[in-house]
Amino acid sequence: MYVYDEHDRQIARERVAQFRDQTERALAGELSEEEFLPLRLQNGLYVQRLAPMLRICVPYGMLRSEQLRRLARITRDYDKGYAHVTTRTNIQLNWPNLEDVPDILAELAEVEMHANQTSGNCIRNTTTDPFSGAHLDEIADPRPYCEIIRQWSTFHPEFAFLPRKFKIAVNASEHTDRAAIRVHDIGLQMVRNSAGELGFRVHVGGGLGRTPMVGPVIREFLPELDLLTYLESIVRVYNRYGRRDNKFKARIKILVKALSPEGFAEKVEAEWQQVKDSPTRLTPDVVSHFQQYFTEPDYQVLENATDTLASLRFDNRQFDQWLTHNVASHKKPGYAIVTLTLKKTGTPPGDVTDYQLEQIADLADEFSFGEARATHEQNIVLADVRQDQLFELWQRLVPLGFATANLNTLTDIICCPGGDFCALANAKSIPVAQAIQDRFDDLDYLYDLGPIDLNISGCMNACGHHHVGNIGVLGVDKRGEEFYQVSLGGSSHHDASIGKILGPSFAQEEMPEVISRLINVYVDHRTEEETFLDTYRRVGLAPFKEKVYA
Amino acid sequence: MPEVIAADGALFENRWVVVERPAEGESLTIPEGQAALIPADLWLAGYDQFAGREDIGVWFDSHDEPELLAGKAQELPLIAVNFPRFVDGRGYSIGRLLRERFGYRGELRAIGDVLLDQLQFMKRCGFDAFVLRADKDITKAARCLNFFSQTYQAATDTDQPLFRRRAS
Ligand code: SF4
Repeated sequence: MYVYDEHDRQIARERVAQFRDQTERALAGELSEEEFLPLRLQNGLYVQRLAPMLRICVPYGMLRSEQLRRLARITRDYDKGYAHVTTRTNIQLNWPNLEDVPDILAELAEVEMHANQTSGNCIRNTTTDPFSGAHLDEIADPRPYCEIIRQWSTFHPEFAFLPRKFKIAVNASEHTDRAAIRVHDIGLQMVRNSAGELGFRVHVGGGLGRTPMVGPVIREFLPELDLLTYLESIVRVYNRYGRRDNKFKARIKILVKALSPEGFAEKVEAEWQQVKDSPTRLTPDVVSHFQQYFTEPDYQVLENATDTLASLRFDNRQFDQWLTHNVASHKKPGYAIVTLTLKKTGTPPGDVTDYQLEQIADLADEFSFGEARATHEQNIVLADVRQDQLFELWQRLVPLGFATANLNTLTDIICCPGGDFCALANAKSIPVAQAIQDRFDDLDYLYDLGPIDLNISGCMNACGHHHVGNIGVLGVDKRGEEFYQVSLGGSSHHDASIGKILGPSFAQEEMPEVISRLINVYVDHRTEEETFLDTYRRVGLAPFKEKVYA
Repeated sequence: MPEVIAADGALFENRWVVVERPAEGESLTIPEGQAALIPADLWLAGYDQFAGREDIGVWFDSHDEPELLAGKAQELPLIAVNFPRFVDGRGYSIGRLLRERFGYRGELRAIGDVLLDQLQFMKRCGFDAFVLRADKDITKAARCLNFFSQTYQAATDTDQPLFRRRAS
């Protein structure tokens, strides 16, 4: 994992001092609300419906145990003792005091954390695959590149006031996409060209929100060393030509659409020709410098524990289910990747208490080289667990509520904070998630249904990624009342697509029944091999519509 | 007239007036005996008349394209860039392009909605003179220009990103 050097530490300290100064001036009335707004947003501080909210950055999801412990302490000392894992793999506090924020940031800086650019019209936290470095299907470890992007984008003087927020994601898997790169402002897919050289396929202009779009490719192969100069060219074109007259038309996707992907690519290419040989170009030494922070942990030479696990599975059905669903294979024999689900029925998706954070820290220390990862699906991953310790780990996870074996099933819901916490919400989202989880509490049935992404957002801002849910739920406001619009057929993976709206929206209490009916249509129509999404793609919207509105 | 802040935070006297773009159908009126900044495209349109004059500079609005002056930027005694609202970040790109691409080395001045907390960004993008919005405390400028002693990326102030400085 990346470790700060003296330069990073100095920048972090200076940032805290700067925000302290800005907060003092704001409290003294020297900065208007409007003037302070982007400053606090770029330090992660929102003012929400009930209280300020602080969004702490977790760069590309990586956390060390000491950082988890510090987060636990902060939630206890400055907040109500719990935090929320967001769909950008950040961690949010819901109730800090404005005056305390500089102190919180100082505490974070001590453990090499910050809240820089977690909000505001700037380049946000770069996200990637939570299994990075640990799974087999990887072209290269994407994290060194994520860190390179993090440093380049941190306090970039030209790009602090973009037309709108800007999100970059990197995926390095050939066959899966756990980073949803096609719905990002820039999505980078690591690839090798025919000569075996490493590079990126560049998608631009994907995104959710009001105008959901799957990002088109503007460059099939960008050599790895050209990463930053090319990114700088894209963002410069966007900064200069993106719309600033209408907030809803300000994302880069609108510009890409207006110019056409080819037209946009041409502009970027022209800009890039001017800067591609500047000192911002990476060198092999620079890349190795960053790679040295992401070397393999001290893996032991082990055999796969297949037999031991098989007999444990045989004796214990719940362990068996958990192993099947929440544990993924690892590139090293004898190791496994474990996902801790923060989706226990009755708990808002993604919420963790201070105690749980400390437990995760302990588990990371004992089972996974002291590291954990936050995922955009709002879960936590321990990426390097010995197979012969899986049973012990599972026994520890069960009482913590982290072993719900529902990963990737219907009840592994992605859900934004919604109307319970968020000032922008049209409707609550957490109670809807809970009602659905209550209705579908039979794991065997869930397994039988197979993988289904159900995503819920409380408003058009789409923090819950509803457009790319196989089933998407969006909170809407109908004459002052909370309603829910349902869409089908979205996907955030390699086959990314935007869901289609089913029809008129529903009241909150109707939602579990609506989901049931949708599921029944799938069960009636599916062939043996088909997932929910496959069936939907084959039969289309009509049969679902018919049953739900019957 | 308000004083101007230099890149090191020192203050100096302002001797330039900004001449607004004339309304449709009106012509440009340049005040007598006064150094004046006029819209960049109008300077170009009146090139025969304005070229070489030490008392005529130009200003860009945030939607203007600095490419307009390509090849001629260096002839100007002063270029100003207007930030109509401080959240409009286009001026940063204009600054960098004028400096890094079009080789402008004279005074580059930020005007308009110029506040304290953006000064260091502007400085990094090539601005070396700032006319702070009148209600802001000019004595705090020096501090705000220097919040950071380290920067990650290259810009106009340094072409060496931290990753290259680290290596050396
Ligand atoms: S989707 Fe809307 S309601 Fe949900 S967190 Fe985002 S802004 Fe708030």
